[in-house]
Amino acid sequence: MSEIRTELKYLASHEWARLEEDGTVTIGITDHAQDSLGDVVYVETPEIGSAVNAGEEAGVVESVKAASDIYSLVSGEVIAVNEALEDAPETVNESPYDDGWFFKVKPADPSELDNALDADAYREIAEADD
Amino acid sequence: MGNKTPLYDLHREMHGKIVDFGGWDMPLNYGSQIDEHHRVRRGAGMFDVSHMTIVDVTGSDARAFLRRLLANDVEKLQSSPGKALYSAMLNDSGGVIDDLIVYHMGGWYRTVVNCATREKDLAWMRRQAQAFDVAIDERPQLAMIAVQGPQAIDKVKALVSAAKAAAVAGLKVFHAAEVEDWFIARTGYTGEDGLEIILPGQAAAGFWRELALAGVAPCGLAARDTLRLEAGMNLYGNDMDESVSPLAANMGWTLAWQPQQRDFIGRAALQAEKQRGATHKLVGLVLEGRGVLRAHQKVIVAGSPHSGEVTSGTFSPTLGFSIALARVPVEVGDTCLVEMRSKQVAVKVVRPGFVRHGQSLL
Repeated sequence: MSEIRTELKYLASHEWARLEEDGTVTIGITDHAQDSLGDVVYVETPEIGSAVNAGEEAGVVESVKAASDIYSLVSGEVIAVNEALEDAPETVNESPYDDGWFFKVKPADPSELDNALDADAYREIAEADD
Repeated sequence: MGNKTPLYDLHREMHGKIVDFGGWDMPLNYGSQIDEHHRVRRGAGMFDVSHMTIVDVTGSDARAFLRRLLANDVEKLQSSPGKALYSAMLNDSGGVIDDLIVYHMGGWYRTVVNCATREKDLAWMRRQAQAFDVAIDERPQLAMIAVQGPQAIDKVKALVSAAKAAAVAGLKVFHAAEVEDWFIARTGYTGEDGLEIILPGQAAAGFWRELALAGVAPCGLAARDTLRLEAGMNLYGNDMDESVSPLAANMGWTLAWQPQQRDFIGRAALQAEKQRGATHKLVGLVLEGRGVLRAHQKVIVAGSPHSGEVTSGTFSPTLGFSIALARVPVEVGDTCLVEMRSKQVAVKVVRPGFVRHGQSLL
């Protein structure tokens, strides 16, 4: 059974978002997503300073098995990307919710996160997927 | 629920991630497929390949039958009992029904064919056998474990009976021996040295446990695929099928044209194709930059009106970048373009075969 954290928000396409204390939003892929993908070998993150839109493609994760687009949960400016994934993409498999985060956004409208799924709603989707 | 091998419960116990593969519930990986891949290249790993179909051919016409059935010639094995041969089994129009290994065991032959093609293979073999005094016997009660890697043979020798260890010690590459009730072959699908061991189903779980305790890593189908692709070995259904000629699947080396009077099935069609000249061939592709080549991506060759297609693509754990097999127009040069996620990316064209015995061939 994959881990689903109650404090996070989710998309049905298996991204998670965390609203940080400073008002920024961190985005990554779920434990279920990394388990389905298998060994991650490349991560393509958006560029710092670029704009991302809620529900739109912001990057790509590639495993040995498959390539998958990464969607943002909020609109705004990308203020940080996880550069460690360049040399250690396996971090996404090992620590999907912590060290394996993808990028951070300064959200234009933090209330966009209210449209995302909560943990219970996401759990139903992840379980139906198994 | 699919078919289960005698090792199914053990795969679950060892945390294998089970997936459907050609109607069989098989382990995809036991954690990280990349770790499993490296274990085979650097030490020893084991694969449950009991889903593969073992078919024994016996009877006074066994040799004559196989010389008609197979595009390679079992006559090559005649003077060396125990020797194995890789061959295509073709239809009348020269398409590949399946690829297989045939072992010559003295008075009889053992073949190992793919699991997804089991029914059509058996039907075809039985149909062709009608004109011969042969018996075609499937052996579903047998299990098969491939132990592969530079340490594989030593690990096995240390665990088995003295008679089996002696047989393994005397086994030449691409040869098999029957000893006690095991069939032990020095063959594989990884590009490493190793063994493929066919044994009674009820003995499989005990042997698998002993191998695991001896440090042989359980490996799933995912690692099996990256290993065979690094080794440049075809996968039936990806790299060739009934619509593809062996000449367009890098299998020309398996076609035995001599002696000319041997009329194997598909021969006339292949000869006509050779005279016309092939339009496509199977090559290796290398992408040293980011991204992973995937099956069915389109290949564009400068100066050719035809396009090509990636037939198998993956990330190579040994090399650290992506490799592929692709069927491309014969005009291809040293580079070509692959359409990847709406971009055209330049890749190198190489001979199929990327890694052998742990070393890069590039």
